[in-house]
Amino acid sequence: MTGALHALAAYRAIARVWIRAALTYRASFVALVLGQVLVTGGDFVAIVLMFAGIDTLAGFGLPEVALLYGLTGVGIGIADLLLGSVEQLGRRVRDGSLDTMLVRPVPALVQVAADQFALRRLGRITQSGAVLVWALVTIGIDWTLGRVAVLLVTVVCGAVIFCSIFVLGSAFQFLAGDAAEVSNAFTYGGNTLTQYPLTVYPVEVVRAVTFLLPLAFVNWYPALYLLGRDDPFGMPAALQLMSPVAAAAMAAVAAVGWRAGVRHYRSTGS
Amino acid sequence: MDETAAPSTDAVIEARDVRRTFLVRRRAGVLRRTAVEVHAVDGLSFSIERGEMVGLLGPNGAGKSTTVKMLTGILVPTSGRLRVAGLEPSASRTTLARRIGVVFGQRSGLWWDLPLRDSFALLRRIYDVPVEQHRAALAEFVELLDLDDLLDVPVRSLSLGQRMRGEIAAALLHEPDLLYLDEPTIGLDVVSKARLRDFLRRVNTERGTTVVLTTHDLGDVEHVCRRVLVVDHGRLVFDGSLPELRRLDGSARTVVVDLADTAPPVEVEGATVTRVDGPRQWLALPPGGSAAPVVAQLAASYPLVDLAIQEPEIEDVITRLYSRG
Repeated sequence: MTGALHALAAYRAIARVWIRAALTYRASFVALVLGQVLVTGGDFVAIVLMFAGIDTLAGFGLPEVALLYGLTGVGIGIADLLLGSVEQLGRRVRDGSLDTMLVRPVPALVQVAADQFALRRLGRITQSGAVLVWALVTIGIDWTLGRVAVLLVTVVCGAVIFCSIFVLGSAFQFLAGDAAEVSNAFTYGGNTLTQYPLTVYPVEVVRAVTFLLPLAFVNWYPALYLLGRDDPFGMPAALQLMSPVAAAAMAAVAAVGWRAGVRHYRSTGS
Repeated sequence: MDETAAPSTDAVIEARDVRRTFLVRRRAGVLRRTAVEVHAVDGLSFSIERGEMVGLLGPNGAGKSTTVKMLTGILVPTSGRLRVAGLEPSASRTTLARRIGVVFGQRSGLWWDLPLRDSFALLRRIYDVPVEQHRAALAEFVELLDLDDLLDVPVRSLSLGQRMRGEIAAALLHEPDLLYLDEPTIGLDVVSKARLRDFLRRVNTERGTTVVLTTHDLGDVEHVCRRVLVVDHGRLVFDGSLPELRRLDGSARTVVVDLADTAPPVEVEGATVTRVDGPRQWLALPPGGSAAPVVAQLAASYPLVDLAIQEPEIEDVITRLYSRG
């Protein structure tokens, strides 16, 4: 327990230094954040333009797609902010800087994640968050205590699921020197995939993102619950409340994967 | 092996028959690959006492880095027993981390884009050092390593010598019992080297910090280490003091005499002339032989202008060691 607290304190200390460094040049920081808002916002602009010609996309209106978009965007945004730096792992293995982390009394994952902490990644969260708020206001959800809870829990679970994918992706880099691109396919690729209602995909994709890589729990199932809709694929309604289970399972797999990666590194050299 | 014997309490490092094997995959055809076992460390046994300053020498690929990685817990030994500060390094890596300081000459333990001051502050958090203790240690190292003017400079802007001073301060701020340095003087100029060696000696005597350094620079060894471990092909080929290393068989001392004039090779008992160059002659002393009687005979029988006794070049001794192994 004290170990976890110490690790957390170390993470905060390292991140704080990078934040301070970033804020030294305010104008440049603001420009970077705005840049990220624009880049990540591009996806949403594309969706809006698409809706200029259609009323619904595979049975979902613009505000509903915006809800999906916002939930997955905030999820990956938080994960990217907290753990995005783990993509650097391949480089750290190659240049040996991982070794300097392994001789310090803080878990290497914490150090890799906190190093180069990029506050500019708030841009994605801000932009997706704005879309999410707009969607929630526009849809006119029938708010119950349960739905409020599901909304909050979903954001957390989405972040945990994407964090887990980031960690698994970087753990993979222990085996395959520079597999950052492979990892990106699952993180940013997963984000793009879940920006649309799953009804646009064949049922095999839906099964895959439910049982294989549980991306559907980032937004799809909880959104169905928030919208009070039946599952278009006839999946059990219980899945709509299963995001915490999926997140916990992913986190466990990620923890095992990371440990296996470190063990592999420490038993084979690099 | 006597398992019941109480471990010597003063041993900071104990290695017994430590081995480390790597599987290296090589291309054997278009798709075929064969795995070759490489014994990077092949049965190392040694122990290092608290407060020692030990040099780990060996040619490239001899197993020095692998050894240091095992001692710090980064790499898991394939077999054998290893204890550092009473802990098994690979199993207790993060616990051990608080008690050791590591300087990898080729990579930085500092944050490249941050000023030294910030790096030190972060290390305080990472090692969980109480503020007061950290402040005192920092003040001391800043003074000893002359870092005062460098504290606000980003590490990337420091010269190599300046950075190395910063690295060493960083490795010592949590006041470890044991300091490993991997090629600490590589690329440094003469003045920086001398300064660093001075500092290491001082840390060792004043704080009792055990220092283990791997190096190619024999100057480091001569100025810093009282004991030398020579590793070749993953095995220990020598363990002893520098004078002992010099006296290894085959590495004789030489008496160089300048005579008043060109002369045929001198004849004295207990030494043989190996080279003549004008009035100067070189006489090899047998290993372990004393120079005194030879010098006395020379002085009595020949007109001497000057005389010097040369220790064998440590480089030569080590080269011979390697080729023998």
